Amino acid sequence: MIHNRTMIDPRPAPRNTLGPVAWLRTHLFNGPINTLFTLIGLYVLYLLVVPTVQWAFIDADWVGTTRDDCSREGACWVFINARFTQFIYGLYPRSEIWRANIVFAGFFTLIAWLAIPRLPFKRWVAAFALLVFPVIAFVLLYGGYFDLPRVPTHRWGGLMLTLLLATVGMVGALPIGIVLALGRRSNMPIVKSFSVVFIEFWRGVPLITVLFMASVMLPLFLPTGITVDRLVRALIGITLFQSAYMAEVIRGGLQAIPKGQEEAAAALGMTYWKRMGLIVMPQALKMMIPGIVNTFISLFKDTTLVMIIGLFDLLGIVQAALSDSRWLGFSLEGYVFAAFMFWIFCFSMSRYSQYLERRLNTGHKR
Amino acid sequence: MLNKKHVVLLASAGAITLSGMANVQADTLEETRSRGAVQCGVSDGLPGFSAPDDSGEWQGLDVDVCRAVAAAVLGDANAVNYVSLNAVERFTALQSGEIDVLSRNTTWTTTRDTTLGLNFTGVTFYDGIGFMINRDLGISGADELDGAAICIQSGTTTELNVADYFRANDMAFDPIVFDTSEQTVGGFQAGRCDVLTSDTSQLAALRIQLDDPDSAMILPEIISKEPLGPVVRQGDDNWLNIVKWSLFAMLNAEEYGITSENVDDMMDSENPDVARILGQDGNYGEGMGLEADWAYNIVSQVGNYGESFERNVGMDSPLQIERGVNALWNQGGFHYAPPIR
Repeated sequence: MIHNRTMIDPRPAPRNTLGPVAWLRTHLFNGPINTLFTLIGLYVLYLLVVPTVQWAFIDADWVGTTRDDCSREGACWVFINARFTQFIYGLYPRSEIWRANIVFAGFFTLIAWLAIPRLPFKRWVAAFALLVFPVIAFVLLYGGYFDLPRVPTHRWGGLMLTLLLATVGMVGALPIGIVLALGRRSNMPIVKSFSVVFIEFWRGVPLITVLFMASVMLPLFLPTGITVDRLVRALIGITLFQSAYMAEVIRGGLQAIPKGQEEAAAALGMTYWKRMGLIVMPQALKMMIPGIVNTFISLFKDTTLVMIIGLFDLLGIVQAALSDSRWLGFSLEGYVFAAFMFWIFCFSMSRYSQYLERRLNTGHKR
Repeated sequence: MLNKKHVVLLASAGAITLSGMANVQADTLEETRSRGAVQCGVSDGLPGFSAPDDSGEWQGLDVDVCRAVAAAVLGDANAVNYVSLNAVERFTALQSGEIDVLSRNTTWTTTRDTTLGLNFTGVTFYDGIGFMINRDLGISGADELDGAAICIQSGTTTELNVADYFRANDMAFDPIVFDTSEQTVGGFQAGRCDVLTSDTSQLAALRIQLDDPDSAMILPEIISKEPLGPVVRQGDDNWLNIVKWSLFAMLNAEEYGITSENVDDMMDSENPDVARILGQDGNYGEGMGLEADWAYNIVSQVGNYGESFERNVGMDSPLQIERGVNALWNQGGFHYAPPIR
């Protein structure tokens, strides 16, 4: 007799261990205390989210051109709409905005090209971005050549100025910071003491003091009639300030590489720069990514301090717009917009750094 | 790195730099002409006085002074480079030559006029501390404010002046201090105080930010003197004259009824005062190195003082500030311009 052995069809797992209900049970309603906290949490969320959505979307006014188009029950995005060009380009002349647009397009294309690993010719693009593009951007933005009307820097502003300050600060601070960090670890007494003094001096003063010195004191020391553009003053101040911070982040990374690595490289007959460039730095820079990005993000946000020396960065131009007597009383909308813009940039930087860490992960990750 | 030789070099470079400071350039007019624009220092955003409008152009009463100077000197009111300055750096910017005129709601005081190497050229706006009350209180004058709770922004001279005023009038008050102007408005709106106090020029702007601006009114009393005016560097008397008379031209134009609209008709006026202002009878710009049509350019491109006032802070603006003491002398105000003759 042949036993007809039929397999019992697999049965689904008990319903209370699967699906959203089970997830809720294990994560949110797991015992009386958790249930209580979940309910309190939901209530707090309800209190926060409902009025926010009501204010920002349901009661909000979106279309129009003047304050009369706002009912003032919810947010008045008309204000942001009317001022959007200004928030992006500052007081840059409307007829010349195409120049800023070209620079924006070039800037984002280059960033994307360098950030996306698949795209070829990285070296050439990087060289172009660091050596040629700044010149093109300057000529386009400032003008004065090729029949382009000159746009003085006090008309630059908004997001454009914020990105400019942050980018120049980052690109300038990284190499200076590397040199300073290597200098501080050097055995040569003069190089070492110069690095230490430089780093400790710039770290010892707040950025706001640096900017004030640059804008209030420096002009008094220069001969009358010779004025250094205030944007240039701010750029130099920010770059020097950030390079000191960058140097310490990089030094932290360098300390983490065992001395044996460098000694082994020296035993192979490598010169100092080869040891640093081929052995130590590639390992160290990888470990420093979180620290470096941290510094970049804080620099990006610190650029708002230029407001106190009369430059209209993104936050500054929002505040200036708030003092237009035709748009008084829309400060909440203005600040929400500024916060949102800053969040977009800082969050993207943070996500990209995480991606970079995963990509370069060769066994250090814990 | 730094050795002795370098230190010596640096020190001597510093000495040269410092000695260069003594060379204050004397001819601002010539510099302005060769640059093709007036460098004008304005506030970084003050409702009605200087703020960029939707299209990014600066607007305001202080801004109009810059425009008037540019119209007088260069014949084009738009030939101005605006430099936005905060309260701390405004005088440095003027002293260092970064700007030619400072027109940034700056109160004329002895200290500023005599110790900073600067000169005030006149008064564009007679400001002072005032009170805003809720209409429901039924108060009509500041002398009825005994025992009131007053919202004040901290760290301002307002706080001290209000205390002085109440002590001098033997009244009591309860100060409620806030950090920013927005919080002050919020406190007033929430009923934390009966009265909000600030400079009258600012009260109007604060009032607009209320949910129901009509529920509040500004009392007529002003309890302190804050004459605001343009400032120039010492050492260039001709430039001082130009800025001073640009403002006087605006005031005189209002006094004789010349506006930006009728200025071309007024060119044929029989009135000798009008003819002198518009350069039809003699050249009164000559003494300042200007063309005869300097005042015509101001009035046609910027307008007279009254027009500028109404457009920026007065009844044609959202701020709705009354002329009050800022009317001309023959209409009960303080503005009295010497004659152009």
